[in-house]
Amino acid sequence: MYRYDAIDQRLVDERAAQFREQVRRRMAGELSDLEFKPLRLMNGLYLQLHAYMLRIAVPYGTLSSKQLRALAAIGRKYDKDYGHFTTRQNLQFNWIKLEDAPDILDDLAAVEMHAIQTSGNCVRNVTADQYAGVAAGEIEDPRIYAEIIRQWSSLHPEFSFLPRKFKIAITATSPDRAAVKTHDIGLFMKRNDKGEIGFQVFAGGGQGRTPMMAQLVRDFVPKAELLAYIESVIRVYNLMGRRDNIHKARIKILVHALGIDKFRELVEADFAATRDSGSPMPAAEIARVAAYFMPPAYERIETPVRAFEAARFEDRDFARWVTHNVVAHKQPGYAIAVISLKPTGGIPGDATSDQMDRIADFADRYSIGELRVTHEQNLVLPNVKQADLHALWRELGKEGLATPNLGLITDIIACPGLDYCALANARSIPIAQRIQEKFADPDRQAMIGELKIKISGCINACGHHHVGHIGILGVDKQGEEFYQITLGGSADENATVGKILGKGFPAEQVPDAIEKLVDTYLGLRADGELFLDTYRRVGIEPFKERVYAAG
Amino acid sequence: MPLVKHGTFIENEWTAIGDEDALPGDGPITVSLVRWQKERDALAGHNGRLGLRLPADADPTSIRADLGRFELIVLDFPKFNDGRALSQARMIRQRFGFAGEIRATGHVIRDLLLFMARCGIDAFELAPERTIDDWRAAMREFSVWYQPAADARVPATELRHRAMAAE
Repeated sequence: MYRYDAIDQRLVDERAAQFREQVRRRMAGELSDLEFKPLRLMNGLYLQLHAYMLRIAVPYGTLSSKQLRALAAIGRKYDKDYGHFTTRQNLQFNWIKLEDAPDILDDLAAVEMHAIQTSGNCVRNVTADQYAGVAAGEIEDPRIYAEIIRQWSSLHPEFSFLPRKFKIAITATSPDRAAVKTHDIGLFMKRNDKGEIGFQVFAGGGQGRTPMMAQLVRDFVPKAELLAYIESVIRVYNLMGRRDNIHKARIKILVHALGIDKFRELVEADFAATRDSGSPMPAAEIARVAAYFMPPAYERIETPVRAFEAARFEDRDFARWVTHNVVAHKQPGYAIAVISLKPTGGIPGDATSDQMDRIADFADRYSIGELRVTHEQNLVLPNVKQADLHALWRELGKEGLATPNLGLITDIIACPGLDYCALANARSIPIAQRIQEKFADPDRQAMIGELKIKISGCINACGHHHVGHIGILGVDKQGEEFYQITLGGSADENATVGKILGKGFPAEQVPDAIEKLVDTYLGLRADGELFLDTYRRVGIEPFKERVYAAG
Repeated sequence: MPLVKHGTFIENEWTAIGDEDALPGDGPITVSLVRWQKERDALAGHNGRLGLRLPADADPTSIRADLGRFELIVLDFPKFNDGRALSQARMIRQRFGFAGEIRATGHVIRDLLLFMARCGIDAFELAPERTIDDWRAAMREFSVWYQPAADARVPATELRHRAMAAE
């Protein structure tokens, strides 16, 4: 993975020093709370319901074991012994004291991490395919370009006070695991007719109260011009995006208002004028960064791996975990192992400091010291030998980390909701927990198959409910928490926004409603159909009838 | 408002002329974009230096052809978190090659000063309580940058590959 050079290190050190001074000015009363707010937000520090929340950037979801241990230590020293992995592949601490925040930034800088631009109206942490570099069929490791974009966007002098937040995602495989089209800019790596590698650029995606999928701006941007092209897209947005209404300030609203053709025309005109003076991406810099993402020295392993196949045959529980949580690796004899952070009754995405330490140990022992955070709030060991899977699984089990539910009905995405968040209208976590309890039987989950439930506690859609196969949105109905259900959303390359089923439910009725939806699907599904397939074939009506039937 | 240029407080010698005001016979004046567009010929004959006040919602390309007439472009930050003038400044300085003064006015906060300078702004109207030491400290908060912009600071990519080429 990428390692800081002296320049990268200096920047995060200077940033930490700057923030220490800002906190000092605030504590001394030299800065008002109003003046301090944008400064702390640019360093990921939010004021939540009960305390400050600090959001730490995990660039494109890649972490070293050393970094994960540092996060565990921060959780232990400054928080309540746990952290929360987010749908943006980041980590949040929920119980931070303002006066500790500068020390935490120093601790982060010591392991080449930061909280720069994890909030604020600026370019946020760049997200990428969680299996980048180890997935089969990849055009190139997208993290090379995600890292270059991370650097380019950090303290960008022109684009640090945009109309609203700005999210960029990148993938180099199909299927798209990074939900690229739900981002302000979505990048698909591709090869053109001449065999050159470049980027297909989409713009104008976003969730929130007006969900929209990004539209194609340009089919092919060569590597050398990627940053210049992104600058043109953001410059048009910076100059023309709405600033009068926070709910209409994202780029999606501008793209929609202008129409994609007019938007493209403006971007292309700006690009024609700046392609030579904008940010270059020289081949030497690409090569420098790419060297950090070279594949590790894999052993040549003969397949099938007999010990692995035997364990799978003999141990039914292990076999179940392999079926659901182990993903094919591009290198024969290796596997991608996903650690579910969705145990029944747990808080989706939470890990204790002790668990983080243990997972870091597993990464060292079994996965060449590297980990990934997924936008579905799980952790990944990307380089595990198949022969080690059984031992790894046993160790995970001892820590409560071997839940075999990846992609299943209990692998729920949920935002922090009203338990923590000052914006929320309703709680998300208890809803996820009640659904997990209802479907706790692993055989039943497996029989249902892939079904993605996503829960947001308010219309800001941090829990991605719009793109859940089943989406659940918490709303406030005359002071009571109510939940609206949507069906048929998806976040892949055919991304769609779910349709509203009908009137909402009070919290205690949500699990039953979900069960009726699942039963409807099971009754209607044809051979091999997943929930989404059946829904797309039969439409929303049969689900509606069943859920709202009298009695 | 105190005005900083080249690292020190300076006197503002420019008079801002309102859209209804009579034009003075001479002296350095600034006019709004509206007035410039309406009275271009009369203003071109003004016996003195000319400056233009560009609102944050104006497209800088619309004044590109006129830039040679001006020695000062005044940009507006209507709110501290409104970054449109940063794009305007960079276009005018870097793309259009404007060599005169570009001045930041409005809600100019300390934590934007360095970004403003990088985008080509070289004069800053500060809040009355700001000291020159404070301005200088703000300018020194970062010594490394990842992006080229409208100033002479050398971005990381170039530093790295210069160093590599020298090895």
